[in-house]
Amino acid sequence: MTAHDAADAITAQVRDAYEDRRPLRIVGQDSKAFYGRPTTGEPLDLARHSGVIRYEPTELVITARAGTLVTELEQKLAEHGQMLAFEPPSFGGSATIGGAVASGLGGPRRPWGGAPRDLLLGATLLDGRGRRLRFGGEVMKNVAGYDVSRVLAGAMGTLGVLLDVSIKVLPAPAVERSLVLTMGRDRALHKMRELARQPAPLSAACHIEDRLYLRLSGNASSVAAWEKQIGGDGGAGGDFWQSLRNHALPFFAAERPLWRLSLAPALPRLDCEHEVVTDWAGAQRWVYTRCAPAELRNEVAKVGGHAILFRHGDNETPVFHPLDAVSERIHVGLKRRFDPAGILNPGRMYPTL
Amino acid sequence: MNTLTIPTRREALAKRLRDVVDGPHVLSSPEELAPYECDGLAAYRIVPLLVVLPGSVEEIQAVLRICHEERVPVVARGAGTGLSGGALPHEQGVLLGLARLNRILAIDPDNACARVQPGVRNLAISEAARPHGLYYAPDPSSQIACTIGGNVAENAGGVHCLKYGLTVNNLLAVELVTIEGERITAGGSGLDGAGYDLLALITGSEGMLGIVTEITVKLLPIPQRAQVALAAFDAVETAGQAVADIVAAGILPAGLEMMDLPAIRAAEDFVHAGYPTDAAAILLCEVDGGNEEVSEDIAKVRQRLLDSGAQEVRTASDDTERARFWAGRKAAFPAVGRISPDYYCMDGTIPRKHLPRVLREIARYSTESGLRVANVFHAGDGNLHPLILYDANVPGELELAEQVGGKILELCVEVGGTITGEHGVGLEKINQMCAQFPPEELQMFHDIKAVFDQYGLLNPGKAIPTLNRCAEFGAMHVKAGDLRFPHLERF
Repeated sequence: MTAHDAADAITAQVRDAYEDRRPLRIVGQDSKAFYGRPTTGEPLDLARHSGVIRYEPTELVITARAGTLVTELEQKLAEHGQMLAFEPPSFGGSATIGGAVASGLGGPRRPWGGAPRDLLLGATLLDGRGRRLRFGGEVMKNVAGYDVSRVLAGAMGTLGVLLDVSIKVLPAPAVERSLVLTMGRDRALHKMRELARQPAPLSAACHIEDRLYLRLSGNASSVAAWEKQIGGDGGAGGDFWQSLRNHALPFFAAERPLWRLSLAPALPRLDCEHEVVTDWAGAQRWVYTRCAPAELRNEVAKVGGHAILFRHGDNETPVFHPLDAVSERIHVGLKRRFDPAGILNPGRMYPTL
Repeated sequence: MNTLTIPTRREALAKRLRDVVDGPHVLSSPEELAPYECDGLAAYRIVPLLVVLPGSVEEIQAVLRICHEERVPVVARGAGTGLSGGALPHEQGVLLGLARLNRILAIDPDNACARVQPGVRNLAISEAARPHGLYYAPDPSSQIACTIGGNVAENAGGVHCLKYGLTVNNLLAVELVTIEGERITAGGSGLDGAGYDLLALITGSEGMLGIVTEITVKLLPIPQRAQVALAAFDAVETAGQAVADIVAAGILPAGLEMMDLPAIRAAEDFVHAGYPTDAAAILLCEVDGGNEEVSEDIAKVRQRLLDSGAQEVRTASDDTERARFWAGRKAAFPAVGRISPDYYCMDGTIPRKHLPRVLREIARYSTESGLRVANVFHAGDGNLHPLILYDANVPGELELAEQVGGKILELCVEVGGTITGEHGVGLEKINQMCAQFPPEELQMFHDIKAVFDQYGLLNPGKAIPTLNRCAEFGAMHVKAGDLRFPHLERF
């Protein structure tokens, strides 16, 4: 494993860029380069700032520099029977923990294991002036001051450069079993919601092409009891969930605009969901649509959700769901306070941020 | 800015507000205002300029617009059970009581969520969800009375945080009214919202960024079963090691609580829970989940506790015994209140591995000061509640207790922890914020506040100390017989 502290060099680069008002493009392994609006700027290389700073398994916390590879972290955690509960995707490349937190993306376990923001306990960041700030900490409960570190999760680097992150880790389940049930989408959604309301040891639930995939995680007796109750066959191994997590399933290979819808899980299929993978027991839907973007977004917004143009967008359609005027004003206000010169990943999320 | 006398100002503002809120719900006479002069931190009392009890979101918007226009401070209040003075009124300001907004708007079992108004009591949500086999997980000790709006403001915890998280982990969305009277939604109907995670920023912001007017909480399936083990140890260090051993074994307990000898004795004298009164420390370890899961886990927990050096391990044979095991822990605060005229409750969080050192240091402060200290500890998540016993009638003891408390919180920061795990900063711990955060971070907090509230009208003087006010000091002092809401559980 590589460990290297490049905080001073990175800080100096941000300070210089602030002085010169030069935009920076924050890069780890660039595994999610496709995600978000295009941003130009001098690369700010975070991959060189890597290594685990502290890990004490019995504290259930790991602190690592942003450039540490997710695979390295997962390997280290696995040695102690622990895991990153949000299952960050790396989309076939290698991903850094900084990028995983900054993009805010969670894998199949997210509804039960939490999102990056749920497991992020603290972070050291550089603001747009190159000031090093630390928010949160390495303890589970901390209500002193605003929860700034969680806001950085999913902000796509536009509010600050994550230097290191402290993450709550969880014991890996003793046993995992995958089940496959053959059924159509409507029945599958009903089944997923029914299971989500019961104390079943569910850790993933996804419907794709007339198959419902379920994953059970827990101790042996509990998993066995629920496996018997649910039925189906144990046809899907770990590969399915890895492929789903990293978008390696054939569904994701199409070079057409891929939408990510986030909405109330029990909602029946929307009119604009033409081809769909229904993950997170219904709460996250990957969609190819024949609807116009505005039409799709309108339909999603009506039911309190939002839509992200995840991949293969054109240069005109907004990637992230447009904000209402008051929210936008707050977003712009926050951006100005964190990054007054607008040099951190400018425009990666919204044109004004 | 306020050249008028308070009574004149009070009448002028009341007149304007009565145009937008029903007359009887704008309180302005001294006898009407008095009940609102403090929250659960009764040592601090301020009579507000006015109390306004709006009955709808539209009324809240209208009140805020007027207050914004007239530059009047606004302090939000739920049930007023908070322990850090977060709802202490401002003498020039409006105390905005949200208790009338107490409707559960929807229980949605299919989506496993509930949409509620801020004045709904925490426990009422779980009660309403129970017929659907669901509940709301965060359970602050005052859950019978505290409101969900207050829980959001404080990012409230409880005894189940290690497994189920804090309030912030159990929300889907909030509606916020800004000081300008505009409504926004943070979060969404799914598991995340568009843009920055304003939901995380608002949760725990202690009423400083806006008024939360509607909350969508996540509901979880009620576990089939819960089972608790009670273990006795002859040394605090051994108990601390046992906690680490349980976690290392891959068990994630629903609750994991520790009490030291002074706390054990006080609790046992009070509720006769059957605790061993010769143990240096006891641990309560609860596991929950499916039937099979719990049976397997409790056996594992029992074995681990014995392997870790417990002198004795008992597992509750039924729910009655389980309730008795918990009774002592839940009565620890009032039990300590019985053996001392006053006590002062701290709320630091520490990395668990530092527990032996922190308890040793606390014992040293206790010896040096001559003040007894009892410790109760949410051992699973590192949240420590030392109770410093003192007598306010003895000259100098109160100040001494404050000094000991300050040293304990600074110790928590020194070992990598925090000054408050679940009670919030409010007014109480505003001084210790200076120990936890350097000026640049405090300035960032002020900058964030300014984005939402440029004139600083929302809950002024709370949560974040001004840079030149870092010397101020405050504390939770509980006067025996004068504990606000003595019937509420406090743990």
